[in-house]
Amino acid sequence: MAKNVLVMAETWRGGITDASFELVALGRELADGLGGKLGVLLAGDGVSGMVGELGAADGVYVADAPALADPEVDRSCRLVAQVLEMDQPQCLLVPLSNISWDLTGLLPARIGAPLVNFCRDLTTVGGGIEATCVLYGGKMEATVQVAAAPVVFGVLPGARPADSGRVAGSPEVKALKFDAGDATVAFLRYVEPEAGDVDITQQDALVSVGRGLQGEANLDLAEELAELLGGAVCGSRPAIDQGWLPLSRQVGKSGITVKPKLYFALGISGAPEHLEGMRDSELIIAVNTDPDAPIFNAAHFGSTEDLLEVVPALIDRANEVKGG
Amino acid sequence: MKILVLLKMVPDVVEELEVAADGKSLDLDFLRLIVNESDDHALEEALILKERHGGTVTAVALEAPDIDDVLFTALAKGADRAVKIEGADQTLSTRDAAGVLAATLPAVGDLLPADLILTGCQAIDDLDGFVAPLLAQALGQPYLGLVARVAPENGKAVVAKEFAGGVLGEYEVSLPAVLGVQGAEKPPRYVPVAKVRAAMKSAEIETVPAAPRPDAPSYEIGEMLKPEPVDRAEMLEGDPEAVAARICEILSERGLL
Amino acid sequence: MLYAAEETRSYFYTLPVWLKVTFYVVALSTLVVFFGAVRRKWVRYHSGRKDPANVPSIRRFLGGVVSVFSHRSIMRNHRVAGLAHAAVFLGFAGLFIATLVVLVDADILHPLFPEWTFMHGSFYLVFSWLADLCGVLLIVGLLAMMFRRLVLRPPELKVEDRDDVEGFPAGRKLRLDDLAFLLLLLVAGIGGFLLEGLRIHAEQPSFEAWSFTGWMLSGWLGDSGVSSAGAGAAYGYLWVFHAISALVFVAYLPVSKAWHMLAGWYSLAIKPEVVGTFPAAVGTDSGGYAHLTDLTRGELATLDACIRCGRCHVACPATSAGFPLSPRDLILSLRAGAARMLPVPREAPGTATAQVVLTDLAPPEWLWACTTCLACDDICPLGIQHLPLILQMRRYLVAEGEIEAGIQGTLMNVMRYGNSFGTSPRARARWTRDLPFEIKDARKEPVEYLWFVGDYASFDPRTQENTRGMARVLKAADVDFGILYDAEQNAGTDVRRIGEEGLFEMQMEKNLEALGGATYAKIVTTDPHTYHALRREYGDGNGSGVGVVMHYTELLADFVERGVLVPEHRLGVAVTYHDPCYLGRYNGVFEEPRRLLRGLGARVVEMPRNRAGALCCGAGGGRIWMEDAPGIEERPAESRVREAAALKGVDTLVVSCPKDLVMFQDAVKTTGLEGVLTVKDVIELVEEVIRPMDRSEQP
Repeated sequence: MAKNVLVMAETWRGGITDASFELVALGRELADGLGGKLGVLLAGDGVSGMVGELGAADGVYVADAPALADPEVDRSCRLVAQVLEMDQPQCLLVPLSNISWDLTGLLPARIGAPLVNFCRDLTTVGGGIEATCVLYGGKMEATVQVAAAPVVFGVLPGARPADSGRVAGSPEVKALKFDAGDATVAFLRYVEPEAGDVDITQQDALVSVGRGLQGEANLDLAEELAELLGGAVCGSRPAIDQGWLPLSRQVGKSGITVKPKLYFALGISGAPEHLEGMRDSELIIAVNTDPDAPIFNAAHFGSTEDLLEVVPALIDRANEVKGG
Repeated sequence: MKILVLLKMVPDVVEELEVAADGKSLDLDFLRLIVNESDDHALEEALILKERHGGTVTAVALEAPDIDDVLFTALAKGADRAVKIEGADQTLSTRDAAGVLAATLPAVGDLLPADLILTGCQAIDDLDGFVAPLLAQALGQPYLGLVARVAPENGKAVVAKEFAGGVLGEYEVSLPAVLGVQGAEKPPRYVPVAKVRAAMKSAEIETVPAAPRPDAPSYEIGEMLKPEPVDRAEMLEGDPEAVAARICEILSERGLL
Repeated sequence: MLYAAEETRSYFYTLPVWLKVTFYVVALSTLVVFFGAVRRKWVRYHSGRKDPANVPSIRRFLGGVVSVFSHRSIMRNHRVAGLAHAAVFLGFAGLFIATLVVLVDADILHPLFPEWTFMHGSFYLVFSWLADLCGVLLIVGLLAMMFRRLVLRPPELKVEDRDDVEGFPAGRKLRLDDLAFLLLLLVAGIGGFLLEGLRIHAEQPSFEAWSFTGWMLSGWLGDSGVSSAGAGAAYGYLWVFHAISALVFVAYLPVSKAWHMLAGWYSLAIKPEVVGTFPAAVGTDSGGYAHLTDLTRGELATLDACIRCGRCHVACPATSAGFPLSPRDLILSLRAGAARMLPVPREAPGTATAQVVLTDLAPPEWLWACTTCLACDDICPLGIQHLPLILQMRRYLVAEGEIEAGIQGTLMNVMRYGNSFGTSPRARARWTRDLPFEIKDARKEPVEYLWFVGDYASFDPRTQENTRGMARVLKAADVDFGILYDAEQNAGTDVRRIGEEGLFEMQMEKNLEALGGATYAKIVTTDPHTYHALRREYGDGNGSGVGVVMHYTELLADFVERGVLVPEHRLGVAVTYHDPCYLGRYNGVFEEPRRLLRGLGARVVEMPRNRAGALCCGAGGGRIWMEDAPGIEERPAESRVREAAALKGVDTLVVSCPKDLVMFQDAVKTTGLEGVLTVKDVIELVEEVIRPMDRSEQP
């Protein structure tokens, strides 16, 4: 009876991602709960040297080749197929990041396993695994237990602290054979974004705007507030899609991850894609007229008043406080 | 270029969502459906490609409430053909829906092979899979998700995929392929109500029967519930002035102001 | 000499026959040129669309005559310019008639009945006196106008060059035209008097004292040493000069500003009885105007009536804020385009010029800047209708999908959720929750007054308290009223003005269905935009579909006057009142809100721009959902609150429209007038004075 857990680690720009370490931490818990082993699949270019960071795992399947430098789902799937011949994991954990996105979608189809998507937590229950999944943009959750094995779990960032998974050690290394093969999807190059005027990862205070801002005309409210707080304006995806802010200000899954001292979320619903980019901020204050907005589950303080009223009032108050 | 766009309806989260009596699904009473946002982007991308490179765009969907409106809107925006697949269970999971599509599309006249099948890269109810990779696997076609740009060139396409921090990765994909679109180059275009109504009068939605779908691994939801506000924010009460005052207090306490 | 004893004068006095013949030949040629130019214009206008509503009739023609003669539209707000124009108008008209009389006598009667003329005796004396009077009026009027234009230099007379459209008339060219028009008339007028002076000086007939100016000039000539003989000798030359100047004017008339003398009549004759009626959809693809040939023939003709008085330019809230839109420039650009491109040559209907899209002559930035406030159409002395052109062109933009992203989101919200906020329709009546009583559900029970609340009053947190105030007031007045709760939808007024006719129709259908299912005697609304749509645009376009519609200020004024609402004390303050565009300019409801305020004991102090002259707050036409253009100097709302704050002893600006409230409250903040000026809805003042609702009075 397979009780093993397999984590699909991912690398980005020469290092194992935080999302991978989160899953290693989670995987360790599950493996211990099931009484099995934790394996990590580590593929990339020059990854052999990174094995030492995966001390929390029992074994690491390594595929190290220059051709694996950039994510290509076809190759990843074939590597997994190799692992499945050697090991019979109960579950496979894949991060729901942009890097591993294609893998989450394609792997279950390739190996004929069910997928449980959008997991925010996994726990062992009676010899099996129960997943808590986020649905409908965060407005609902579903619990799922799957009897079959293997199962693929697409796990949202933030399930466990990355540092818990970052353990030095010497797990058993098993080398995988890698063959390039024909690629129907071939990586060409990266396209870097234009450098923005402001690096939002360096700001102590961020005023973030979403759809609730209602229009670019109101952006100067956010800017005034940001200036008062000594920070900058950023936004969720809708704000960038609408053209209110450049890409360099986008916070979220496809954007930038920030951890400022203060994060104001104005008119942002709090869909998982955005939360991912800012949930570790020290102080999160959210303003959204929808009392059910998922942002309030991530925020420390919240208000359902209209931001177009609160922000001007806040600016006035802050001016008073600073002036007087 | 022959492009297929797959559209589906999802619950509109502007409305309050409630759990149904069975504790495992959504209460349908006040549920309103809206077209999946990234599917709308997929349609927009398809129309942009058609404008740029010529060809046809066919919108395809499984039967669902209000799907006719969506298909007529697609036609009004510039799609050439709309196909509705009828007869499948309307509460199918994503994986099963993909199975129906994979079985039915080849059977529809003059539909496949298409150069590109575009659909949204995800939907808010995709608990057991994403349509694009599932369909790609079933059809034996290459797949790429989180697509931001598509540039076809003789039998292949250079496709840009979103990574974090605004970085894009460009891939060369051989056609035909299935792509999961994250965002079109431009926001989905507006089509006036008058045009949609005109389309309802002049155009037709083809209906085809759903082919039996192959079995796929599936499972049941144990329980559906509104998220427990475990770490729910401390809500600030009062009118905007009071809220602003309280926020200033909080910020001052922490030396942030 | 036949004339020495009799009061009359000779034509062509001292002129040789060959000159007379030449004169007639040249005059006829001038007429050919004149009519040739007129015909070209007519052909150009004729390239437009036939408008089924524009049916010529005696009544309209006479209406035009009355408008022109009364000078009512020119006099509005511009008394001096109006009087100067009246002088020129009467002077010119009089002299024109005099010339016709002379023509009849000299060229028709005289050849047929050489012995008979009516140009003698008392007739002649009176005739000559009147003609002189007209001449004086003409010259005085012209000099006044020249003084205004060249010395006073009011800003509205300046037309700046524009480089955002091709073919916009150059400022220099326009100024030359302005001056040429004035000077040619002046030269003709002065020349005519000089001529008369010379003749009288040469002949010295005593009866010519009746021709008082000529008599005076004759005296001056004598004083300056000119002999009778000399005068007679000079006469011929001056006569030729005067004749040439007159004929030049005639030839110049159709291609100059002077054309307004004819085009203006037409424009005023076809001006709609009720300005501000929404233009009907056209049979083009978009339902709106894509090309110049989509304009009606009447519209193309009225483009030529514009004399660049600039009144629309200074009245327009967009122009004064610094948006690229100017109603005057819109007309001038379209006119220049029409002159360049129409008529479309029959041999080449598909050529580039025929296909030039209107938005090349009037770019989208202009069209989207319009708040549809109607100030331009209201103030134009020639009755030119700018707004229908803008609205028709917006229809085209929407059909092409060329709309601002902000509006796109709003339109989608209205389409999906029935409100512009994108909130669930089930939340529409949430504002009622904080009331101590239930409001009747008009979907289920009959009511006397069906209160159609409106989007902004229902959803915007800043206005919701006023909405509750209205409910409390109605309750205090013991009125039987109800609302449609979730069945009420955005009325579609602004959606229509954005150009989305299909969506407007959808909204109208939904609301008509909701209203049709309810039983009520009257509709009352707190939103002027809704008021306008329900009253004038619902049903089959003339508003009869929904019954009597009242604005709440009308209703409350009536209540206070009839004692249904009893003020417990008087307000005793001075306030100023802003007339909402859709209540005031569009529907003429000016006095009821003022009566209401006075009935509450307030003293109403008028802002300089009041009633039909009120400056729009800038929210209409969908602008409240759009972004400001870059480089806006002062938003209309900011200008307005400054205007209100400048009034002595007034610290309250009263509004009766939820959008006004929002716009002006924002403007008070951005102009730093907090503490100086407070913006209040009428309902707040009503609540302050009537018997207060006891919260324990639960039903």
